[in-house]
Amino acid sequence: MKKEFNIIAKLIKKNSKVLDVGCGDGQLMKYIYENITKDIRGLEISKNNVQKCIEKGLTVIEGDAEKDLKQFPISSFDYVILSQTLQAFLDPENVINELLRIGKKAIVTIPNFGYWKVRMHLLLKGTMPVTSNLPNEWYNTPNLHMCTIKDFKNYCNKKKIKINSSNLNFQNIFSELGIFLIEK
Amino acid sequence: MNKTEKVKNLIIDKPLKLDCGKTIVNFPLAYETYGQLNEKRDNAILAFHALTGDQFAAEINPITKKEGWWSNALGPGKAIDTNKYFVICANVIGGCMGSYGPSNINPENSKPFGTNFPVITINDMVNAQYHLLEFFKIDKLFSVVGGSMGGMQVLQFVSNFPNKSRTAIPIACTASHSAQNIALNELGRQSIMADHNWSNGFYEENKKLPDKGLAVARMAAHITYLSKKGLQEKFGRKLQERDDLKFSFDADFQIESYLRYQGSVFVDRFDANSYLYITRAMDYFDLTKQFNGNLSKAFEKSETKFFIISFTSDWLYPTSENRDIVIALNAIGKDVGFAEITSDKGHDSFLLDVPDFLNAIKNFLNTSYNKKI
Repeated sequence: MKKEFNIIAKLIKKNSKVLDVGCGDGQLMKYIYENITKDIRGLEISKNNVQKCIEKGLTVIEGDAEKDLKQFPISSFDYVILSQTLQAFLDPENVINELLRIGKKAIVTIPNFGYWKVRMHLLLKGTMPVTSNLPNEWYNTPNLHMCTIKDFKNYCNKKKIKINSSNLNFQNIFSELGIFLIEK
Repeated sequence: MNKTEKVKNLIIDKPLKLDCGKTIVNFPLAYETYGQLNEKRDNAILAFHALTGDQFAAEINPITKKEGWWSNALGPGKAIDTNKYFVICANVIGGCMGSYGPSNINPENSKPFGTNFPVITINDMVNAQYHLLEFFKIDKLFSVVGGSMGGMQVLQFVSNFPNKSRTAIPIACTASHSAQNIALNELGRQSIMADHNWSNGFYEENKKLPDKGLAVARMAAHITYLSKKGLQEKFGRKLQERDDLKFSFDADFQIESYLRYQGSVFVDRFDANSYLYITRAMDYFDLTKQFNGNLSKAFEKSETKFFIISFTSDWLYPTSENRDIVIALNAIGKDVGFAEITSDKGHDSFLLDVPDFLNAIKNFLNTSYNKKI
């Protein structure tokens, strides 16, 4: 988890304005608050997590990313982060559009369904992959729209979204997690 | 009631122009304080009370001998920790706990004002209380906080005085009183006015108070402070000290008896005309309209950090209306947090021991206070 934070944090410029969508218990926000910028806030759907963010002294808005991003004006943040929740939305395409509307840049991370262990699991066991990053069974997973690094890259190309796309084909096999910096 | 010894009064000698057009001057504002103002004078919190509250937010109310209305939240070691913060709470003008209100004497005829008292607004209440900052030589408050009508005062305060508070916590409130809110208040007012003793508001001369009307107003309002589920769980169809229905109009059910009791104790501590004036002030509250339909404009000049709180079972000031304030603040990039607290206790949740709520306030205040440089 820490490693992912490091990579995300490195993508963010000092003292920029940041929104963490689906900020969970605020771990990543706290890391960014302490190391990169004080101007950060989160949007979180879980009441329990909202309380944990408040405990940490973080600014958090209880809300649903699928409905509540529309209240933020165009380009109101330098960066909007979406960490490992894209696959859980009913309408991920709409969420991506909203991220790119309200953020000058968006940082999206996804659990990579193209990771070799995931591929091997399905190939050899013939059951839906369960890994440390994808711990749920098919019947109780919150993940509705799984994709691979390559899928996400193809999507961005198709929609003319700029993406930091170095070596993504290699990473599609060897990375558990895809981390993208995208902009319109 | 001999209030004079127990009530601290600030006489405001600067003229205050009311929204109704009249100007008042040399009028009393009753207040109470808890905790100590520190040397830097940066730990002061102004707490605003709701419709039937008063300045005695914590400890034992010296007039009613009951616990202060916000004893669950406010006091030493509590969510609003008076070991740490200096809390000021004032009785709103129009009220009946020592501040200028309809039971004050009208100098023109040496009789109580009654309904000759000017109609006041939330804006007027807040402008009157602003004088407390000068009185205590506080340049900037640490926080303004309040629930229900107290929350409306928080919003109006930040709008009127954008940089006079570092943080603001409006709780279970609205930026604009809804038709349902107005309807319920009108029900209360009509019940008071329907009491023969009300005498168009000049009952103090007759020494007969419109207690029945005021009690019914309180009963009706009390229902709106609770949730259906909360009522059902607490009372259900339980009978009051009887084994069976009496086939009469006695209080057969516990809920009837409870409401009658709430009504009867209320009239001992509250003035019927104050009830009319304060509910009117709430009904007139429309911060959005004050800014020509754009609520964001109310907060444009403010650097205040907001934390807005609503409750799941509050149908009087529901989450959606609280969220509208969040949306208005986000639309202009202001620092705003928001939490909807799960509670079955309805609108009254902000007065009760609801741990998630109290923890949220405590954590917000303490982390915000420590963050300052």
